[in-house]
Amino acid sequence: MKIRTIKVDQLARVEGEGALKVVARDGVVQSAELNIFEPPRFFEAFLRDRLYAEAPDITARICGICPVAYQMSAVHAMENALGVVVDGPLRELRRLIYCGEWIESHTLHVYMLHAPDFLGYEGAIEMARDHADIVRRGLDLKRAGNSIIALLGGREIHPINVRVGGFYRTPRKRELEPLAEELKRARDLALATVRWTAGFDFPDVVRDYEFVSLRGDGEYPFSNGRIASSRGLDIAAAEYDEHFEETQVEHSTALHAHIKARGPYLTGPLARYALNVAALSPLAREAAREAGLEAVCANPFRSIVVRAVEVLYACDEALRIIEDYEEPVRPAIDIEPCASTGYAATEAPRGMLYHRYRLNADGKIADARIVPPTSQNQPSIEEDLKTFATAWLDLPDEVLRRRCEQTIRNHDPCISCATHFLRLEIDRGG
Amino acid sequence: MADRARDGRRVVALCIGNPQRGDDGAGRAVARALRDSLGGVEIIEEEGETTRVLAQLEGADAAFIVDACVSGQPPGVIRRFDVGAGRLPQTAFGASTHGFGLAEALEVARALGALPPRCVVYAIEGAIFDIGASLSPAVATAVEIVASRLRADILCERSTPLPESVKS
Repeated sequence: MKIRTIKVDQLARVEGEGALKVVARDGVVQSAELNIFEPPRFFEAFLRDRLYAEAPDITARICGICPVAYQMSAVHAMENALGVVVDGPLRELRRLIYCGEWIESHTLHVYMLHAPDFLGYEGAIEMARDHADIVRRGLDLKRAGNSIIALLGGREIHPINVRVGGFYRTPRKRELEPLAEELKRARDLALATVRWTAGFDFPDVVRDYEFVSLRGDGEYPFSNGRIASSRGLDIAAAEYDEHFEETQVEHSTALHAHIKARGPYLTGPLARYALNVAALSPLAREAAREAGLEAVCANPFRSIVVRAVEVLYACDEALRIIEDYEEPVRPAIDIEPCASTGYAATEAPRGMLYHRYRLNADGKIADARIVPPTSQNQPSIEEDLKTFATAWLDLPDEVLRRRCEQTIRNHDPCISCATHFLRLEIDRGG
Repeated sequence: MADRARDGRRVVALCIGNPQRGDDGAGRAVARALRDSLGGVEIIEEEGETTRVLAQLEGADAAFIVDACVSGQPPGVIRRFDVGAGRLPQTAFGASTHGFGLAEALEVARALGALPPRCVVYAIEGAIFDIGASLSPAVATAVEIVASRLRADILCERSTPLPESVKS
């Protein structure tokens, strides 16, 4: 029996620390393990006994790339628990700050982490030497996202202006005007990005994913909508625990999520696009069509194009929100704590992010559960590797290693977010 | 408003780290030590994400960067690198979890022709990077030393006449 083992001890160009092991027997891949060895993170435990109002700022610390997603899932889950609905201009401002995060995070991934794979470079440094103008375009585009977060979040990293019930301070309309000018330029850059990525050479592969994402009521989803799947799932966030489960695997400190009695699923840009394409803005929809995307894209290597389309949408949507913006009467709705449980899922750039909180009568957190997108996507990433790598086994080791790394990067995993610690109870039957 | 030197030169002290993760906060602690004692320089705090580092370096005539590193040295060891003279050793800056570290950010800046004419990195060897930990004693001492050296560097930079080619 011929055994071939491909090991990547340190994955580059992903968020966090991980490794990969693929084992083949007689020309067939037997196993693919994405090993996550960043130390377990104890955020769910940190949250216990903290006041409900602290959750947005504590959970924002889980990730420096997608803090807004953590804040948004936290505030929506708390508001669900406390019977509050935030709508009107405050809801629009929340969509606006989420646009900022998608622009920032997706652009970083498209230009600095993923594009070098398609253009044959070891990384962004080598790419920048030959394509300085393209890298500058990426940096300029990303800056528009930074500007949104700095204005609405109070600062570019770990924003501090988001609170349960709304914001601490809301912007005046005139403060948003310079942002609109920057976003108009960014929208042009985003359109150029879609066209640029559409010209890459993609392996001709597809996977039979069950796509899972929020499905907005006529709008491309950030924070609102029901959890839907391409195989008929249609549930409220409160029903997440009934339909999804997380299990521990030996090779990773991140938990693996599955749909109960069904198996792996995929969240993120491909899933959002498949379930919400009709809700894209006309400009983004037309750019997607021009880029060769059909209503469903099941080739994970093309996720870079879908990400670029989502950046274009985020620029377009941000401009719409700014144009329609009317200053709210108050920056936040008053909240009265009570004993309750709340649930929310929102769309982090790399996929759906679920939060659940149980509160005591004094508003302190009794229990928290956070399921980040990378935990949900990890089984699908391993399935991708098992499915695709068999056809690549004739490639030289170095080329095969790069293909496998690229396969992981297709899903922009954020390993820093995904690491959990699972309490283990042993029942010895006696 | 940017705090510029009197001759219009933009001098930045870019202090990188995560104050919630033990010795990774060394750079941020240097920023706090500098803030009350130095004018004519922009003191900037960042968590180290590449594109933000690049944005902060844009248009700077001189950049002094402080970050924690892991290179197998005893905690608190200080190393100084002149990035204009050569590439930063990549392995030294292992604390970043953003897929892209300081060394890569500076090399992208170099590739784009955006590296400040003078660019110096102070690396402080860290030992403890646990969430919620404070600076280890050796790193806290190193922070004071680096702050003093930076004050001297920046004063020296400001007293150096601007080259004819750079004057506007």
